[in-house]
Amino acid sequence: MTLLPAPGAASGEPGTESAPPRVELRGVSKRFGPTAALSDVSMDLRAGEIHALVGENGAGKSTLVKILAGVHVPDAGTILLDGTPTQITDPMSARAHRVAVVHQEPRLFPDLSVAENVFLASPPRGRLGAISWREMRRAAAALFAQLDVRLDVSAPVRGLSMADQQLIEIAKALSMDARVLILDEPTASLSAHEVERLFTIVRRTRDSGVAILFVSHRLDEVFALSDRATVFRDGRHVITAVTRDLTPSDLIRHMVGRAVTLFPKGQAAIGDVLLEVRGLTRAGEFRDVSFTVRAGEILGLSGLVGAGRTEIARVLFGIAQPTAGEICLDGRPVHFATPSTALGAGIAYVPEDRHQDGLIMDFSIADNVTLPILPRLFPRLFVRRSTERTLARSYTDQLRVRTTGVDQLVQALSGGNQQKVVIAKWLATRPRVLILDEPTRGVDIGAKVEVHRIMSDLAASGLGIILISSELPEILAMSDRILVLHEGRVTAEIARGDATEERIMFAATGQVEPPDAPLPTGLAFAQIASPPASSEASDVR
Amino acid sequence: MTGLPGFATDSGATDPGATPGGGAQPVGERRSALQRIPALLRWESLLLLILALLVVEGARLSKFFLTGSNFSNLVSAEMEVAIVALPMTLIIITGEIDLSVESMIGLSGAILGWLWSVGIPLQVGIPVVLVVGALGGLLNGLLVARVGVPSLVVTLGTLALFRGLANVVLGPNAISDFPPGFTAFGFDNIPGTPVPWTLIVFAVLGVVFWLVAHGTWIGRQVFAVGKNKDAARYAGIRVGRLKTALFLVSGLIAAFAGVILTARFSSARSDNGTGLTLVVVTIVLLGGVDINGGKGTIPGVIIAVFTLSVLQSSLRLAGVSSEYQAVAVGLLLIGSVTAPYLARQTRLLADRARRGRPPPAGSIAPGEVVG
Ligand SMILES: Nc1ncnc2c1ncn2[C@@H]1O[C@H](COP(=O)(O)OP(=O)(O)OP(=O)(O)O)[C@@H](O)[C@H]1O
Ligand SMILES: [Mg+2]
Repeated sequence: MTLLPAPGAASGEPGTESAPPRVELRGVSKRFGPTAALSDVSMDLRAGEIHALVGENGAGKSTLVKILAGVHVPDAGTILLDGTPTQITDPMSARAHRVAVVHQEPRLFPDLSVAENVFLASPPRGRLGAISWREMRRAAAALFAQLDVRLDVSAPVRGLSMADQQLIEIAKALSMDARVLILDEPTASLSAHEVERLFTIVRRTRDSGVAILFVSHRLDEVFALSDRATVFRDGRHVITAVTRDLTPSDLIRHMVGRAVTLFPKGQAAIGDVLLEVRGLTRAGEFRDVSFTVRAGEILGLSGLVGAGRTEIARVLFGIAQPTAGEICLDGRPVHFATPSTALGAGIAYVPEDRHQDGLIMDFSIADNVTLPILPRLFPRLFVRRSTERTLARSYTDQLRVRTTGVDQLVQALSGGNQQKVVIAKWLATRPRVLILDEPTRGVDIGAKVEVHRIMSDLAASGLGIILISSELPEILAMSDRILVLHEGRVTAEIARGDATEERIMFAATGQVEPPDAPLPTGLAFAQIASPPASSEASDVR
Repeated sequence: MTGLPGFATDSGATDPGATPGGGAQPVGERRSALQRIPALLRWESLLLLILALLVVEGARLSKFFLTGSNFSNLVSAEMEVAIVALPMTLIIITGEIDLSVESMIGLSGAILGWLWSVGIPLQVGIPVVLVVGALGGLLNGLLVARVGVPSLVVTLGTLALFRGLANVVLGPNAISDFPPGFTAFGFDNIPGTPVPWTLIVFAVLGVVFWLVAHGTWIGRQVFAVGKNKDAARYAGIRVGRLKTALFLVSGLIAAFAGVILTARFSSARSDNGTGLTLVVVTIVLLGGVDINGGKGTIPGVIIAVFTLSVLQSSLRLAGVSSEYQAVAVGLLLIGSVTAPYLARQTRLLADRARRGRPPPAGSIAPGEVVG
């Protein structure tokens, strides 16, 4: 549909072979100690194109992005901007060359306001050269309106969700009058609605002649958005091709070097109710939420950014306290004052923000994986390195973490590999109820299949799983039942057989079911919509 | 105490300096695992080197320097602050601080002296003051962990409170008729050696803290809390309980240091220990502990104990007056706090200079971490 370069692209700076490309890399290499992050990479970005960059976790995508952003200096190779060899020595010089970058991990000042973060580098000035705060707020609000995001621009950034932080980074990049726009997994924590808005803006930006590099693990986005695509594998350039000449399986084959079959969710025997939530409320976040999770079941939580999914998970894990309602585990009411109580009761929570909550960046992989289970693992207080490393290695092998070893610090890992370490850490607690908040954010196709396989196996072994994901295909593929939230309220509960993207999107945007929508088969829906509350729960014991 | 709580707790990669406007670099991305561990060792070896140089210099200054009696003098004068520095190290690693230790030293001595003066034997008096120390520490801990007041403020308050209580208990009196067996513990050596009894106390506590900090999961949790308290909490660590326990231990050990000080001075006065917090914190920071939390080692602090006492002894032998010795301690404190910042600044500048020029082909050795 939108695959062809729009007519506007031809004006002034045509994306043709004649003009030099906006950005060209020749023989660029970058090593980190023993790791060759990029080896002899050559590629180009043309004005007026959206160029997708894909590859497995640790393939070198972010390294390339950081080189263009002036965060890293290449060991070898040349960068040409509009045909002129250019040194991008630091982030300021990237800015001076009008290269705007949205990094994979948001890097905002938590104590500054949203507007201040957006305009940090070049605040709008009034007469006399003083910063015009009013203009700053107005411009920031306009940017967010464009993205169709409701955000209080004068509120501090601290405490905002990953999605909001990501949107602020995007607004920041858009506020620059960029000639090159680089987006490193900008959609990883956004839901369909925000992604759609973002794409509209990115296409418009492309049409005004900007060269755009777009990194993503979501192949549907690559096909929906990009004009050309480049694949990296193990730090090497594999192929660059016009996107519409490629198929998803081509792309995957180039990325992985083999064919990957998407994992079909296995059938698990659904058992007794493990976790039951009744009328759970936390003022200002969500209201009157009730659901059950049975052994062997995967419950999907869907909704737009800000619908309250993460907030519910935080209450279930004892990080925040509910203001009303009840949580029952095995039919008995429980109260989790702290995460450690929840952990002790067999609940594990893979948090959404791996930098802030999931990992200690300058601990090794092994130290991170064992952190929640140290007292259990070493009741005699003394830590045995060999035990820790063996345990960590069994998980990093299973999840295929690309690393030089479990003693490597997690901050040296690529984003997707860090995410795998977070998952490993919580799997190692051997929970009974596992809450996964965007577990495959930034994880590549191969590892995603692996995570899904593990989820399915865990469910089959009798775990109850709550899956929070902004990615509809993931929710649809993995959930036995889907709970849709809108502004803190449950708007639908949909059985696996009845779930479609449309139905979920409808409920997620708070619209009532269209009258002509196919009604769910009566029995299944009735069972699910009104869980046979306490009577059944008490049967368990 | 934590630099930027929340976001930038310790992760270099979220260092806000990395924003285009800041121009600086995410630290975490520039240091590989290989580079960091020797960097820690480097500080301790540097400290050992300084210690060796000071010993050589001291020996050059005076022929008394390398004698057994000088050794036991300079060591025993330092043992109270040395043992208090051990829990202080862990507290600072979690990102907190305990300023009240010097007043607890005074309070414990005062109560011990008063109990003795009203005829209560030391066998009872010492356990009592240890309990008082633990309770005082518990008070600090609960105010920090439960009520959530910053430890800097809480312990500044108890610094005044404990000293005030010491004055209430003892007034302007000095109790000095302690039994000789007790005071001998304060300044006598193990017979036939130049090793003071109190050094044995420090050695035992030093080994215990070393093992706890670097060998057990309690130590691991202490570092985790200091590096990223949110991630620590999500990992099920009871951050509040851990901190409370550390403050309790700090109070307990400060009270014990008060007992030692009373024995060494053969005198209990309400102003015993005044000014020692500064020395304790200096030792901890000189030992390479990061004032922002998350980094540091017990061995480093142990080396720092001896470095500081040798430095003071050399200054004394060189005829430097005690006023100027205090100036030296102050400079040392400032130096050890600013050194890491200066080092970082220099690295950034060097980096910027290098980036200004194109990297000459082949100038970068394979494996070198750049950028
Ligand atoms: N600061 C660093 N120190 C050491 N190794 C690093 C560092 N930064 C990146 N690497 C390594 O370089 C390789 C490429 O990393 P990069 O972040 O470019 O991957 P990526 O393609 O962006 O992966 P992802 O999809 O997971 O984000 C990885 O093996 C990573 O471990
Ligand atoms: Mg990346």
